Amino acid sequence: MSSLQGYVDRRVLLILQDGRAIVGTMAGYDQKSNVVLSDTKERVYSMDEGVEEIPLGLYLVKGDMVVLIGELDDAIDQATDLSTIHAEPIPPIRY
Amino acid sequence: MLIFSVFKTLTDQQVTVELKNDLSITGILKSVDQFLNIRLDNIKVSDEARHPHMMAVKNCFIRGSVVRYVQISAENVDTQLLEDATRREALNQNVYLDAEYKLESREWRLPSGIG
Repeated sequence: MSSLQGYVDRRVLLILQDGRAIVGTMAGYDQKSNVVLSDTKERVYSMDEGVEEIPLGLYLVKGDMVVLIGELDDAIDQATDLSTIHAEPIPPIRY
Repeated sequence: MLIFSVFKTLTDQQVTVELKNDLSITGILKSVDQFLNIRLDNIKVSDEARHPHMMAVKNCFIRGSVVRYVQISAENVDTQLLEDATRREALNQNVYLDAEYKLESREWRLPSGIG
């Protein structure tokens, strides 16, 4: 179970089963891929407006809900102007 | 367990993972665990114009339960070997399903012709 090693204290993007995208600092995780993120913000994508960031604070996400956790490259992320990005939200998981 | 071993032999190869939310991600397979959770490096999302959400993401962890397909290139897998191994494993599992536990002697009896 090496898989989430190396993400602790990094800025990560978390994609959930319902399609929500959350960025935050990985505070911890366990073997069931439950994760704790601090300073989280949800990124709400839409075609009509730029990306809206909603601060959520500290989040504990149950492993079942996790789809993907990606390490954010801070340089690229900060260089991106979210208000100019128009995109469909990520589709929810369909079994 | 067999498929876990197959994935372990594919580390450091390029694979494309299709998720159950229709996202397709190509990258170098860095590691895999018993749940078939996957770590990918150097990732690229197919149809980036439609999916700009992961622009700043270079490596990721994908939960095994949301994977629909893993595309691997043909030269990275010995299909004949895999076919034989999967059949052998399936056969062994059936042997255990058919086995009977004998109460008197407290031992397992395998179906006739095996063991």
